[in-house]
Amino acid sequence: MFNIFNVLLQITPVPRNIPLPLPLPEWLLVFLLVFSFLLHIIFVNLMIGGTVLTLWCQIKGLKDKDYHNLAHEISRTITVNKSLAVVLGIAPLLSISTLYALYFYSATSLTGGMWIAIIPLVTVAFLLTYLNKYTWKVLDSNKPLSIAIIAAATLLFLFIPLIFLVNVNLMLFPEKWGLIKGFFSALLLPNVLPRYFHFLCASMAVTGLFIFWYFGRKSYPFEEYFERLTRYDIQKKAYSLTLAASVAQFIIGPLVMLTLPTKGFNWSLILIILAGAAIALPAMWWIWKSITGAPEDIAKHFWKVVAALSITVIFMGSGRHVYRATALAPHQKLVEIQSAEFERLSKEAREHPTEEKVELKLDTSLGNVAKGAAIFQQNCSSCHKKDEKLVGPPMTEMVSIYKNNPDGLKAWIKKPGKKREGYPQMPTLTQLTDDDRNELAKYILSIK
Amino acid sequence: MNFPMFHLDWLNDRFLIAMIAILHVFINHGLAVGFIPYITRLEQQGVSRSASNQITDLEWDAMVHKMMKVGFIITTTLGAMTGVGIWLSVSIVSPASISSLIRVFYWAWFTEWLVFVTEVVLILIYFLTWKNSNKTLKSKLLHIRFGWFLSIFSWITMAIIVSILSFMMDPGNWNTHHSLLNGYTNPIYLPQLCFRTPTAMLVAGVFGYLLTTIFTKKNTLIRERAVKQSAIWVLCWAPLSLAGAIVYYRVLPQAMLDNLSTAVGTLQFAQYYETLKYFIIGAISTVLVIGLFGYFNPKKVRLGMVLIPCLFAFGFLGIFERVREFIRKPYVIAGYMYSNLLRVEDYPLYKRDGILKYATYNSTPVITETNKVEAGRNVFILACSRCHTTQGINSIVGVFENMYGAGKPFDESSIAVFTKNMHNGRTFMPEFPGNDKELAALAAYIKHLQQTGDVIEGAQNEGVTINPLQSSDAVVQLMADQEKAAADSAAKTNSAASK
Repeated sequence: MFNIFNVLLQITPVPRNIPLPLPLPEWLLVFLLVFSFLLHIIFVNLMIGGTVLTLWCQIKGLKDKDYHNLAHEISRTITVNKSLAVVLGIAPLLSISTLYALYFYSATSLTGGMWIAIIPLVTVAFLLTYLNKYTWKVLDSNKPLSIAIIAAATLLFLFIPLIFLVNVNLMLFPEKWGLIKGFFSALLLPNVLPRYFHFLCASMAVTGLFIFWYFGRKSYPFEEYFERLTRYDIQKKAYSLTLAASVAQFIIGPLVMLTLPTKGFNWSLILIILAGAAIALPAMWWIWKSITGAPEDIAKHFWKVVAALSITVIFMGSGRHVYRATALAPHQKLVEIQSAEFERLSKEAREHPTEEKVELKLDTSLGNVAKGAAIFQQNCSSCHKKDEKLVGPPMTEMVSIYKNNPDGLKAWIKKPGKKREGYPQMPTLTQLTDDDRNELAKYILSIK
Repeated sequence: MNFPMFHLDWLNDRFLIAMIAILHVFINHGLAVGFIPYITRLEQQGVSRSASNQITDLEWDAMVHKMMKVGFIITTTLGAMTGVGIWLSVSIVSPASISSLIRVFYWAWFTEWLVFVTEVVLILIYFLTWKNSNKTLKSKLLHIRFGWFLSIFSWITMAIIVSILSFMMDPGNWNTHHSLLNGYTNPIYLPQLCFRTPTAMLVAGVFGYLLTTIFTKKNTLIRERAVKQSAIWVLCWAPLSLAGAIVYYRVLPQAMLDNLSTAVGTLQFAQYYETLKYFIIGAISTVLVIGLFGYFNPKKVRLGMVLIPCLFAFGFLGIFERVREFIRKPYVIAGYMYSNLLRVEDYPLYKRDGILKYATYNSTPVITETNKVEAGRNVFILACSRCHTTQGINSIVGVFENMYGAGKPFDESSIAVFTKNMHNGRTFMPEFPGNDKELAALAAYIKHLQQTGDVIEGAQNEGVTINPLQSSDAVVQLMADQEKAAADSAAKTNSAASK
């Protein structure tokens, strides 16, 4: 019976689930999550890959005018890709907040400082890319400054994905939540860095394909920008980048698998990952043939390569989800049990509320105002004192106003108004009965 | 209760959200919703006023393009990121409420997202095709038509979001309807839109006005024209914005109106509430003055003169946002969840058993004499820390010292009695959720805070301690108990049957 819970040997928190139904069938939410995430991450890849390449070309451009121009051309694509990356990020965020609110928000709360730092960091990185783009001509005579700007943007863009990765990783392991003290301790979980390099290689591979397409378009006025470099030169370099990054994935990928805790593994995951990797192989072969073949044929296999690698991406994205679903399933089961029990207890308490018996401490020496004094002590004394202002006016002042008008005092207590500047309005004490107010008035007006 | 408690102990969690949200509204209203029609109108004037052998007045067009560039850069960086930032900040400060809202508003937000993606793509196209469209009259006119189209789109985005906001502000409706359509039909929707639409135009106009004084040179004809056009724009929208503000203010539900004075700030601000009215009138008047001045005397307008009305206009919008955000109290979701993130319907349980027992993360599930202050700290984190800090903005020590006198040593029992009853009078405060033992522990902790000046670092720095009563071991135990109970009752039925 308890076998499925063996993976949860460490002390693991079991919070309760959000007590509202899902807005859509779960499978549809999962589909939206995986699909919209892949769309988002491709533009993130292009934004990061583009920035890295811009920096690299700008440095090479110090000596080679064509590379300087290439840097400018690539940098013009970043500002568009980055806008799409941000807006396309909303849908997966919305979907993960619906399916995995408990896990995702727990992780982001535990790394909250760095999580909210995403906002200023990304804003600054974006502004730097605009600065680089719009000061291109002005800084023509001061290229090191221009390079410094894009280098700063690159560093930020390389750091920011780590924040996201730390959280999507941490959310998988509730058993670790008790051990985490801030972002950097979550960063040290063993599988974060391999996943990060996996992501960086993917960025370079995707950007390579994008550059290949962007500079290969017939409508692109290539000769306007470049003197020495040919379309073939750039396309060959772009393809080589994709190929090299894909080869690297065959080393980093297994490393990611080795460092992931085993709790999310099952056969379908292994099959999905292997199938995805297998489909990448023909794409890599076509790229190899294209860069070693005749220059005029370089674009021959392009759309086949894109199609094959897209399928790889879809498989890897699905595998990523299968791992998450498998890893969290046993914990989600505990959460369901816990939540049901809590709802039961809450319902029971709601139906049988404990009578709050208010025991009045009577001071018999006060005679017939003893009850009023006790009620005052319990309900009024935090704001009113005998002869000095506390929150409200002193009792002596009440006596001076209502000395011959106990009904006026009772009416005021029943429905307090606001008279004085500098005093907050008195609360309506709904817990008092008419009898309580009689006793109170009697006591208050007995004060001398 | 179910999430680690992120906490900013000086800045105040709520202030973090407010800061990001207000910045976003400034940019969204002032540099997108209102700004695009303002810019498109100017672009169109460039065409209509140019000589017949020209496509557009190129000098004028270059100025308008520069102004749009400012809007474009700010909206696609700070504007976009503060939009995401509202979500990220709410999700760490108030995860229980946002994840509940998402389950009900999924479609609203999904639609909002689709509209938003389209809007961003349209802005990119509008700005990036500007210079190319100057090549023929046909493409320029198409570009201008595109600008009007984009204006309508931005407005729709706002109209959808306002529906969500009005839904959340309408008390009681959450429990009865749980549906989005209610957002459009509830009484606060149209008035809010009536306020936001002209105010966005107004703020955008004043900001554009400011930019014209930056991008044109003194004593030139182009400045005279640009200033005059901005003045006309501002003069048209200012009265509508004022009218919208009045309509909006009037329909706020009575319960929220009662809280309005505290909405503007903390308690000590209550007496300054009157100044809000004067601020609204003052802001609109300064805008009107600079509008009239620019209309009749465009040559004499200088940057510095426009700067002040511009700041006032943004301030005007900002105050309304702050009020809107704060009048929800004591709820974060009207009638369903208090601003301490606890569900209204769970209160009887918490009052009976205490909140500590059910909190996933806390070091003192059971209060003893020795852990009293630590338990009080945990109660504070769970019940108070969404709105109060220990020593920073809206600090708990500060609010009690305001009542009892600065520096006077606190009396634990007074604090406990007050806290138990405060929701009756301070209607913006949720009722204290826990039992009397927890109340006493909280009072002891508050006194301890006054004595020692201690602070709380928040789960993002100090991590969490897992409540053993809410761990996997406890659930396994619970399952065993449930099984045993089931087996017992089965045995009973069997033995009863055999008898």
